[in-house]
Amino acid sequence: MIWLSWRQLRIQAAAAAVGVAAAAIVLAVTGPRIAGLTGNIFDQLTNTDRWLYSAGIVVLAVAPALLGAFLGAPLVARELEAGTHRLAWTQSVTRGRWLATKLGLALVTAAATMGVLALAVTWWADPLDAAQSDTRGSLPSRITPVAFDMRGIVPVAYGVFAVALGVAVGAVVRRSVAAMAITLAVYVFVTVAVPIWVRPHLIPPVRQTVALGNDTIDGITMHGDGPTPPVTVSAHTVDPADWVLSNTTLDPSGRAIDRLPSWFEQCIPPPPSPAADQQRQAAAARGSLDACLKRLSDEGYRQQLVYQPASRFWSLQWAETGVFAVASGLLAWFSFWWVRRRVT
Amino acid sequence: MSTVDTILSARGLGKRYRRRWALTDCTLDIPAGHVTGLVGPNGAGKTTLLNLAAGLLAPTTGTIEVCGGRPAAGPDQLAKVGYVAQDTPTYPGLSVRDHLELGARLNPRWDAALARNRIDRLGLDLSQKAGRLSGGQRAQLALTLGLAKRPELLLLDEPVASLDPLARREFLQGLMEAVAEHGFSVVLSSHLVADLERVCDHLLVLVDSRVRVTGQVDELLATHHRLTGPRRDPASLPAGQRVVSASSTDVQSTLVVRTDGPILDPAWAVGALSLEDVVLAYLSPAEVGRPTLEVAR
Amino acid sequence: MEVYSTSHLVEWSSAVIQFSLDGRSGISPYLQVVQQVRHAMRLGLLHEGDQLPTVKDVVASLAINPNTVLKAYRELERDGLVAARPGVGTFVTRTLTDSSLAAHEPLRRDLVRWLGKARRAGLDDESIEALFANTFRATAEQDIA
Repeated sequence: MIWLSWRQLRIQAAAAAVGVAAAAIVLAVTGPRIAGLTGNIFDQLTNTDRWLYSAGIVVLAVAPALLGAFLGAPLVARELEAGTHRLAWTQSVTRGRWLATKLGLALVTAAATMGVLALAVTWWADPLDAAQSDTRGSLPSRITPVAFDMRGIVPVAYGVFAVALGVAVGAVVRRSVAAMAITLAVYVFVTVAVPIWVRPHLIPPVRQTVALGNDTIDGITMHGDGPTPPVTVSAHTVDPADWVLSNTTLDPSGRAIDRLPSWFEQCIPPPPSPAADQQRQAAAARGSLDACLKRLSDEGYRQQLVYQPASRFWSLQWAETGVFAVASGLLAWFSFWWVRRRVT
Repeated sequence: MSTVDTILSARGLGKRYRRRWALTDCTLDIPAGHVTGLVGPNGAGKTTLLNLAAGLLAPTTGTIEVCGGRPAAGPDQLAKVGYVAQDTPTYPGLSVRDHLELGARLNPRWDAALARNRIDRLGLDLSQKAGRLSGGQRAQLALTLGLAKRPELLLLDEPVASLDPLARREFLQGLMEAVAEHGFSVVLSSHLVADLERVCDHLLVLVDSRVRVTGQVDELLATHHRLTGPRRDPASLPAGQRVVSASSTDVQSTLVVRTDGPILDPAWAVGALSLEDVVLAYLSPAEVGRPTLEVAR
Repeated sequence: MEVYSTSHLVEWSSAVIQFSLDGRSGISPYLQVVQQVRHAMRLGLLHEGDQLPTVKDVVASLAINPNTVLKAYRELERDGLVAARPGVGTFVTRTLTDSSLAAHEPLRRDLVRWLGKARRAGLDDESIEALFANTFRATAEQDIA
């Protein structure tokens, strides 16, 4: 049965292997240079490096979807569509063993593919992740949603989940093309929904209240034009690599407010005019801003931050892997039940 | 070669798809060591019965037992039953050689010599992909897979329906030769009764999801007669003569009756029937005379 | 390019006769086999010790049920014309050339005379056959009863 399953998916496995090999070669070639950078790494990144960084994100986002659609969805659906299951199920293997072998081989292939890819990308981006920097060259921190999915072991879980999803959908729908489309749609939904609704709560986030001062605020935002546009302020955490979930200002009684008091709006210095002595203007502006902020915190306004510290990266990774492993297990169990009981 | 064992027995077997009953209340015993023909119009339930016997379907009501066990109950049970489905499915991307490899790896009792021998004699190219074979060649490949599995019972669902006459003849020749050599039982469904007459020695007629008649072909031919004579009410015949079908003009009646004894009434001209005639008599919509459906053993 | 496969290679067996089947004759297949064997014997095509085609060879060429052939061979064995040797085959033990036409010359001459009379009486072929068949059947039934 292993021989037959392998024979049936060897084209997809070969395609995946080629893709992985190409990616690995590119990363292996460019990686050592990144690793050899010292000092402020982010300033020394070339455009190619940034492009590769983004490409790594894209590849790791797309790969599980491709695996789910091209490896998982046709696994059962194509046999049911073509009627070849009537040949396979009347040899001397039970349906359970048939599905177990095919599914197992597909999951192993997916895990191996994603494992190699994730390893390569994580290794390549490790110097960037480890570097301490306030702005990080505007590259996302690894715990934030976009980069989180593309590091560590979560990509493997995503790949396994996508294939399990594809198989389950294919068994129910029984048509390869429809199964591929549905698998892709569901997978995309899941990868968008999880970082928004699930991941923040996998480990209860840290709530911290900070005073509003020059050293803690990130920026002041004016929303809209007009005479008195609403103003909000956002703060940052100690570690700039933390994943900030929400940034709300609390008034003295502890209630969250969505705009700062109107006197603050007048307090803010106007943006510097394009005059000659910009530096003097900036210094004066800062001085008056400090006074405004001090008055804000004296009155009792504080900023509440809800965030996941960067140090929790691996805990979150394991937690999310666990969730997807359970989901994959449920999908696999469902596939078995469906194929054995309900397919006629 | 024939034994008293039953290779397939069903009690009250029924299968429903959503609202329609594909098989209703089937009770039958098919003896081992015979080639049994399963006849009936399209939609009568032939494929459903075969699928139930092969374990591809589960019954809605009743039970079915094949080779002494429940269909598809486990690898041993699966090994006893071979199945060639309608349209003889094969993997289009796998070559002939791959299919033999498939059979060898998925079947513990695989007879590689038999398979090789047949493929050689059929002249099939081992490296040819199954998707590029002709219909007749694909059917022969599927038959080879079923035979080399060395089952106790081989089920075939309309295997020759889409084949040209030469391919059809060759298929049946190969099947009969294998039966002669290895002595397994066969259940073969078809709506071409002429083929079945040569090949089957046992018959099962399914009409409208029910079993209409089953029995040895010789016995069926010996006990069914065509009576032609002056117009008569079918119900007026003696009790031992069951009217299967009847048609009349103003002055003449033509009946097909089933009886074990002789026809003594001199008014009737008694004619012999071919198997096709017997089957056709049961396929006609109304059975006149006696309301109960009798299933012969 | 599709290679159209013709029937599989003919295997030369040690048997001397081949059977054919008339699907439309109304005679059951096994009886046809019996008749063809007897006919071959009468024509002198089969001698004592000749092997009849194996069941496998017969069904492979005719595509008929093996039980049919077995039944025919059993009946021939019952009539004492052949004997089955397990594992080897079925062999002719006695032929029907003893009852060849030559031994019944007087009967044949009577028949020719009767046929001449029937034609002169105005009967056509079908009437002659019907008359013969009816009389034959009637006397056969009388013999049984």
